[in-house]
Amino acid sequence: MNKNLTWKWAVIAATLLLFLFGIFGIPKDWTGKGLLASITDRIHLGLDLRGGTHLILQVQVNDAVNVDSDNAIARLREDLRTKKINYADMTKPDPVNHAELIVVKGVTPDQSSDFKTIVSDRLPDYDVTSGAENSFNVAMKATNLSELKKRAVEQAIETIRNRIDQLGVSEPVIQEHSLGSYQILVQLPGVDDPARVKEIIQSTAMLEIKQSRGGPYSSEQQALQENGGVLPPDSVLMPAKAGMRGDREAGEQWYIISRAAAVSGRDLRTAEPSRDENGQPAVRFILTGDGGRKFYSFTSAHVGDYLAVVLDNKVQEVAVIKEAIRDTGIINGRFTEQQVTDLAMTLRSGALPAGIKYLEERTVGPSLGADSIKSGVRAAVAGMLAVLIFMLVYYRWAGVNADVALILNLIILLGFMGFFGAVLTLPGIAGVILTVGMGVDSNVLIFERIREELRNGKTPPSAVEQGFSHAWVTIVDTHVTTIVSAAILFIFGTGPVKGFATTLVFGLAANLFTAVFVSRVIFDWILGRKQRGEALSI
Amino acid sequence: MEFFRNTSIDFLGKKWYFLAFSLIFSVAGVFSMLFWHGIPLGVDFRGGTLVTVKYAHPPDAAKIHSELEAAGLKNARVQPSANNEVLIALDIQQTSEQDLTKGKEQIKQVLAGPTASANAGKFDLNNSSSLGLANYLLEKDPLHLSTDANPRYTAIAQGIVDQKDKVRGGVLGSIDELNGIADPAVLASLKAGAFTSDFGVRDVAIVGPQVGQQLRRQAWLATLYSLAGMLVYLGLRFEWIYGVAAVLTVFHDTLITVGAFSLLNWEISLTVIAAILTLIGYSNNDTIVVFDRIRENIKLLRRDKLADIVNKSINQTLSRTILTAGLTFLTVLALFLFGGEVLHGFSFALVIGILIGTYSSIAIAAPILVAYQEWRAGRGQQPISMPVRTGNGQKEKVKA
Repeated sequence: MNKNLTWKWAVIAATLLLFLFGIFGIPKDWTGKGLLASITDRIHLGLDLRGGTHLILQVQVNDAVNVDSDNAIARLREDLRTKKINYADMTKPDPVNHAELIVVKGVTPDQSSDFKTIVSDRLPDYDVTSGAENSFNVAMKATNLSELKKRAVEQAIETIRNRIDQLGVSEPVIQEHSLGSYQILVQLPGVDDPARVKEIIQSTAMLEIKQSRGGPYSSEQQALQENGGVLPPDSVLMPAKAGMRGDREAGEQWYIISRAAAVSGRDLRTAEPSRDENGQPAVRFILTGDGGRKFYSFTSAHVGDYLAVVLDNKVQEVAVIKEAIRDTGIINGRFTEQQVTDLAMTLRSGALPAGIKYLEERTVGPSLGADSIKSGVRAAVAGMLAVLIFMLVYYRWAGVNADVALILNLIILLGFMGFFGAVLTLPGIAGVILTVGMGVDSNVLIFERIREELRNGKTPPSAVEQGFSHAWVTIVDTHVTTIVSAAILFIFGTGPVKGFATTLVFGLAANLFTAVFVSRVIFDWILGRKQRGEALSI
Repeated sequence: MEFFRNTSIDFLGKKWYFLAFSLIFSVAGVFSMLFWHGIPLGVDFRGGTLVTVKYAHPPDAAKIHSELEAAGLKNARVQPSANNEVLIALDIQQTSEQDLTKGKEQIKQVLAGPTASANAGKFDLNNSSSLGLANYLLEKDPLHLSTDANPRYTAIAQGIVDQKDKVRGGVLGSIDELNGIADPAVLASLKAGAFTSDFGVRDVAIVGPQVGQQLRRQAWLATLYSLAGMLVYLGLRFEWIYGVAAVLTVFHDTLITVGAFSLLNWEISLTVIAAILTLIGYSNNDTIVVFDRIRENIKLLRRDKLADIVNKSINQTLSRTILTAGLTFLTVLALFLFGGEVLHGFSFALVIGILIGTYSSIAIAAPILVAYQEWRAGRGQQPISMPVRTGNGQKEKVKA
């Protein structure tokens, strides 16, 4: 054996070892079970094989904008009052489509420059422009607006991750879904109860403590009637949680609630399951220092007024303020133990900055996943055996060469996946099978060319030489085009389809090495052992 | 062993037969897309709800359909499949983003209909998660555990659910099938307070309108980008007309494959699109192999007519083309036969596509080249030339 060939054999052996390590790692024990465990430890199964839940949700970023502009209104009113600047009206004309726009009407002309100064001093994120008839448009700056929306999505991802982590799901995927706007992709392998997951994600747990200015009323109409057709300024009507007072027969209840909150979920230090004075499950919360001060100044100014605990825009509890409160409180509302635990958890993990809408939900039952693995593996083995046997029959000893290359191709493919922690999906298994079919193409191309050269009267060494060099150009072209389409699949696809693209790309890349390099080394080795003029088995 | 040896078939002489064959299939497909079934999009693309339910006994699809209809779920499609499974699909009208899971819940309610009243208030073992079962056992406490109740019952529940999913294929016929899996006291408690409904939900896909639209757009873009990628690469490697010929060929293959789905009214899902993109790559392989040989032969046989060179090149590569197609076809056939329900559409697209893709690289791509050259000659212009790689890597124009 010549020296050059020895060196090439060493490269092949090293590659084999490297990728075997990629598949198995260092197994804890060398039994079948231990090996299987170390494979599944390194090559992860996709949701479609393991079973699990897949959700795409959209952050209603408009909510976050509304919160910001509501706070801006509250701040502006306060400042205008202290600076004694008069105005007739301050509203948001289109809170659904343009939540960032505030219109202030009826500012007297001689005070308008003072008004502008206050806005630019106190609301740096907003621009002020003059409108018709002494009105001003105060609108959030475009850069701040898009920043706010982006932050809302990031914060939502962070919050959802915190909550999912507390569920103890292994390998969850929570990321921005790059293919849509303000969308988040959540994948939870092995979770067989999507309803509970959604409950935990969905409860935005937007806790706010606000002033209650009237109620309960049995309907929205009644609330309006009893207040002469108009609500007090900066107030909204809010429904109460069904059966809030322990009286399920009471029907709907509505309250007039202040728009601005005394404290909100952001002022919370912690929340824990507890019991109220009647021994019913309740959530006890403690405010941060800052929140406590805010709450103290609010409650001390409103002794005798009513306080509403509002969760996700539903009134949970209304109580009279008997005295100034500093930093602890209790939320009760006929919860079950489970609800109390979940609520405390969601409050602790932070409030979602905005509401959430579900766009897509998929659940794969574990039994279906198990069936898919079975049929996928069966198809893979059947396809592979058919190809291996055919090559042996059709090309005889050269068929052994092709089969060795093909098996090495598979080992490298799986090793790659192990190294990159790639996810194996059912279409991914199909990708493995296709790799076998398309990988063997390179061998067929080369072998056919060698046969042709032999027919044309070349000696075996030169036929092999010619066969490889001619086929090489074609192989590069075919691989590049297939890898291009697989790469596009990878960019555009999600989940299972991505898994397919991954295996196809890795498989074909490995094929360049096995079908060309490894096959050639085996041929050279065989030729080296043959007598001059002896025929090649192909 | 050798199947093909020194063939010399006049492929180009048969181009009118090929054209007729391709036209019949493409036109049939296009007609079906326009006037008959349209392009039957799966739940991924059109949006909607798809629930796969497994029954303990062979289900009666017609009865399920009429029950759904009676409950107000109009246009529900009920399609029985292997292993006592039924696929129930609702269209996008019944799938709103406001309440994404409403359709699914309604289906479950309707299916539970006959057994629901008899088992009111009982726990349904076939439609519960391990967590739900653990909570149920914790409440009943059949083993009267004072310590470790939570982990113990969680483990018992997991064992029962595993038995259901991994051994019984997703649905229990009766509680007796759990004998030996859980403690007799647990089983006695389950027999008293739980039941096994005759179905279990195995798989749910709910796609709202927004995502459906998004995925449709992406599928189009991916297909277009892939075709454009081929065009550019082949244009660079060969002459632009080779790129055009290859892309037209692949377009022909895609059209016929999608047409076959339309004719059979089979739904095109995300994985089918993946298969079609793979075909774009695969069909190109065949075409490139032939083109590469044409390029090589143009250099060797400078005096011959392009039509003869093309014929010779196809014949020389015929053995490889048929062998590779046959081998890939074998693997894809294995997928189609053994790959299970989930991969059916995917492997079907590949089965059709490999047959068509192999045929078209011989019957479509090469004749386009020759037809273009004859068209140019007819207008008295220079015949197409071909960049040829020479030993030192320089490009040299060779007249065809």
